Amino acid sequence: MPVDQPLHRRLGLTDDELGAVVELLGRDPTELELAMYAVMWSEHCSYKSSRLHLRRLPSEAPWVLVGPGEGAGVVDVGDGLAVAVRIESHNHPSAVEPYQGAATGVGGIIRDVFSMGARPIALMDPLRFGPLDDARTRYLFEGVVSGISGYGNAVGVPTVGGEVAFDDCYRDNPLVNVLCLGLLPHDRLVLARASGEGNLAVLLGSSTGRDGIGGASVLASAGFDEGAEEKRPSVQVGDPFEEKKLIEACLALLDAGLAVGVQDLGAAGLSCAASETAAKAGAGMDVDAARVPKREPGMTPVEVLTSESQERMLAIVRPRHLDEVLALCDRWEITASVVGRVTDTGRFRVYDGLFDAVGVAGANPEPPRGDTPTPTSSDQTPAADVPVESLGDGPVYERERRRPAAQDALVAADPAPLLAERFPPGADLSGELLAVLASPTVADKSWVWRQYDHQLFLNTVVGPGGDAAVLRLKGTPRALALSTDGNARFCRLDPRTGARLAVLEAARNVACAGARPLALVNCLNFGNPEHPEVMWQFADVVDGVAEACTALGIPVIGGNVSFYNESEGRDIDPTPIVGVLGLIEELGDVPPAAALVPGHRIVVLGATRPELAGSEWAAVVHGLDGGRPPDADLDGARRLHEFVRDLVTERTVAGVHDCAEGGLAVALAEMAIAGGTGCTVTPEPGLEAAAWCFAESASRIVASVDARPLPDVLRRAAEAGVPAVDLGVAGSDRLVVEGAFDVSVTDATRAWRDAIPAALGATAAR
Amino acid sequence: MSARVGVVVFPGTNCELDVAWAVEQLGGSAELLWHGERALDNADAVVVPGGFAHGDYLRTGAIARFSPVMESVARFAAAGGPVVGICNGFQVLTEAGLLPGALQKNAGLAFLCETVECRVETSASVLTGLATPGAVLRLPINHFEGNYVCDAATLARLRDEDRVVVRYVRNPNGSLDDIAGVCSEGRNVVGLMPHPERASDSMLGSEGGVVLLRSLLEAAAAGAAVAS
Repeated sequence: MPVDQPLHRRLGLTDDELGAVVELLGRDPTELELAMYAVMWSEHCSYKSSRLHLRRLPSEAPWVLVGPGEGAGVVDVGDGLAVAVRIESHNHPSAVEPYQGAATGVGGIIRDVFSMGARPIALMDPLRFGPLDDARTRYLFEGVVSGISGYGNAVGVPTVGGEVAFDDCYRDNPLVNVLCLGLLPHDRLVLARASGEGNLAVLLGSSTGRDGIGGASVLASAGFDEGAEEKRPSVQVGDPFEEKKLIEACLALLDAGLAVGVQDLGAAGLSCAASETAAKAGAGMDVDAARVPKREPGMTPVEVLTSESQERMLAIVRPRHLDEVLALCDRWEITASVVGRVTDTGRFRVYDGLFDAVGVAGANPEPPRGDTPTPTSSDQTPAADVPVESLGDGPVYERERRRPAAQDALVAADPAPLLAERFPPGADLSGELLAVLASPTVADKSWVWRQYDHQLFLNTVVGPGGDAAVLRLKGTPRALALSTDGNARFCRLDPRTGARLAVLEAARNVACAGARPLALVNCLNFGNPEHPEVMWQFADVVDGVAEACTALGIPVIGGNVSFYNESEGRDIDPTPIVGVLGLIEELGDVPPAAALVPGHRIVVLGATRPELAGSEWAAVVHGLDGGRPPDADLDGARRLHEFVRDLVTERTVAGVHDCAEGGLAVALAEMAIAGGTGCTVTPEPGLEAAAWCFAESASRIVASVDARPLPDVLRRAAEAGVPAVDLGVAGSDRLVVEGAFDVSVTDATRAWRDAIPAALGATAAR
Repeated sequence: MSARVGVVVFPGTNCELDVAWAVEQLGGSAELLWHGERALDNADAVVVPGGFAHGDYLRTGAIARFSPVMESVARFAAAGGPVVGICNGFQVLTEAGLLPGALQKNAGLAFLCETVECRVETSASVLTGLATPGAVLRLPINHFEGNYVCDAATLARLRDEDRVVVRYVRNPNGSLDDIAGVCSEGRNVVGLMPHPERASDSMLGSEGGVVLLRSLLEAAAAGAAVAS
């Protein structure tokens, strides 16, 4: 942005938005006010382009305790326990500085979860990068993974899953989404409310520096052009040790009933946290910038209020509890400073030295005793004085939507005929199988998750690499299942269908663990919302998520929208990533693995159609990326999920695996690799072998079933309206699909396991 | 009477509740010991668990060794009390001079979280009293700095005195002589990089750590019986 632009534009406000500020204040804003509106009304904080659409998502169910709009969504899981979940993106910071961008993403989401009173017990990281043959992509990939590892491991929250996909559209815009799940007793649930006039706002944790100023507006609410590197100062630096202490201190405060509300300082820093807590309580807040501990001298109130320094929390505390709060923070070696006071004015006012001036609330160094008088502000001009709700009540835009001109041609370019020509019946597909297995999106990701502590807290029954992570709830018979999914190639071809498919896949993974879906969170990653084509994609994706969630009875309890994932005017493919949380009523034993058992019959549940569009085989291996994505039949999916849930709960199946990228060929190969055994199967009649192997038809699950219960399983499938086919038998050391391929399990394992380490020049796991 | 295990907690420690849980599953009782205090609360054994004590921004364990609780742990160890350091706890015990050697960055220069096979080398330690030498246990490792090093003279002594307690079957991190854990001269202080508490339950994929924790509880109970 040229320096000769007026200040409001440099801060990211449009002329119209400035006009709105002037109108609501009845005067020109001060510099601080302008800076606060700029961050709070930024796309990142205000959801101004998405809010209209997000209302269409279903968010209610009897077990939902807290829906969207709070730090995290919360659902009841029985026995007085509840689970808080949130997902967020840290795409832009990670593109500029991968280690710290990813690390602070982890830190931010953890704070959101413990601000609800929940102990964070699991993280998941859905990641998207460009092709691995690009040196910068390798730098971003390695940096992001070490940032997650470095922060997550040290802060003491296990990373139990996630997924990684690679596509050219993410070359300049990697996606770094992070989901955090927390566990809490119902009675510790707390909402970020600054209620009770005279209560104190206590800032906990790190001191405030000049880092991250304008992160929300400058970085996250605009695309990248050639100057991306210059945005590095807008990225913050994480301190997982400080965060670990903050988790313990905040949970101890809530356990002891010492805080009325807790809010994390994330995007827009103190101005957002303080005004939001007050606005939600229908109160007001006076903040004294002079009382905020600073990292360096000479920081102005504007810098203090908009800094995005990490590892800070705001606790709302009754004055009579202040001594105890300070003592507890002292034990955990975290700084605690009274920086504000709840008022009944309905105003958000910022002073610079107010509390000194009236000699109250001097908790630092001297805590106040007894009642603290209300400061009189008559003799001091506030640096900001605005209606408290106006900061969070930004503009709402109904942006123009337009179906992309090239969409029809894209959908018409069905890859099937070309592929049928290249691979006529009888063609040997062995090399094709190995190529798909070695495609980085399909290949083994243990290089990634070996770097994550995925076992802490002794809950991880199924960790990374499974269909869904399974976390037992110690002290109860129950367990949680969690999966994140999203396939942007399908969304590019048809956003609405692609979004449905993402929900179906995550729900299917959770069903494979024997769980009933309880809630969904989504992270909607898109290009520039000022491009009508992007808004068309966005609106359709919201509809797709809404339809699938309604059909499956899954409430959406939270989400995040990341726009402006564009570089040089090129938008990423629409990438909704959904996380589905499920509940297993009685875990009993470790759920069936995604593995074949020698001697077992292999059954596919669900229908296979010649749906090759957007498939790994067509789009990645052969570069044919057009066509119509697989059908997303919602009723059929629901029947399948319920049936699989029953089979898994009864342990009628010994192995079970979701069929997704790479189709049946990859599902079978992955189960063979995991089980250390081959198989011999016959494709279903009526389909060409190649299409049968690599089609990515939705709603299919491969199961390893003992021969004895097999007839019963097939009969019950028919009764449940779920297509089921006995494909063949597991055993031997070769992976054989009659008329398609015949490769050794060793070769398949090598292709799958070595691809990512080889691309990175690293050593594969043994 | 069940053995009482004191579990040390530094700011940044994160495996304390896991150790306490595993100990309690095996019939022991666990008490958390805050690093800033000196009392060991009549513990029969002390575990210094894994995590990132004081953030480990310096050399791992370099700050933790100065915590007041470590004075009491050293006295307890000198009196023959069973002390086990797991992962970061092992690093702390080497920094505190209770065990020889040091742990440096993994040879692959990456954090490693995976289950590995470890061979019990001696049953003469508070952690392996019930284990059979030669037995192979599946135990998770979870560290960036687990690459054991010591000078040649120390290594010779460790071997001669049968003080290598567990070795990796396939060395994951470059540790000298495949060492996964060692004990003190008195055999009552043991440090190891693998996490027995993470292998204490079939639901977690391995029960390899059970024999180790049971050994510790038995050593603790024996010590308690002698003391009383």
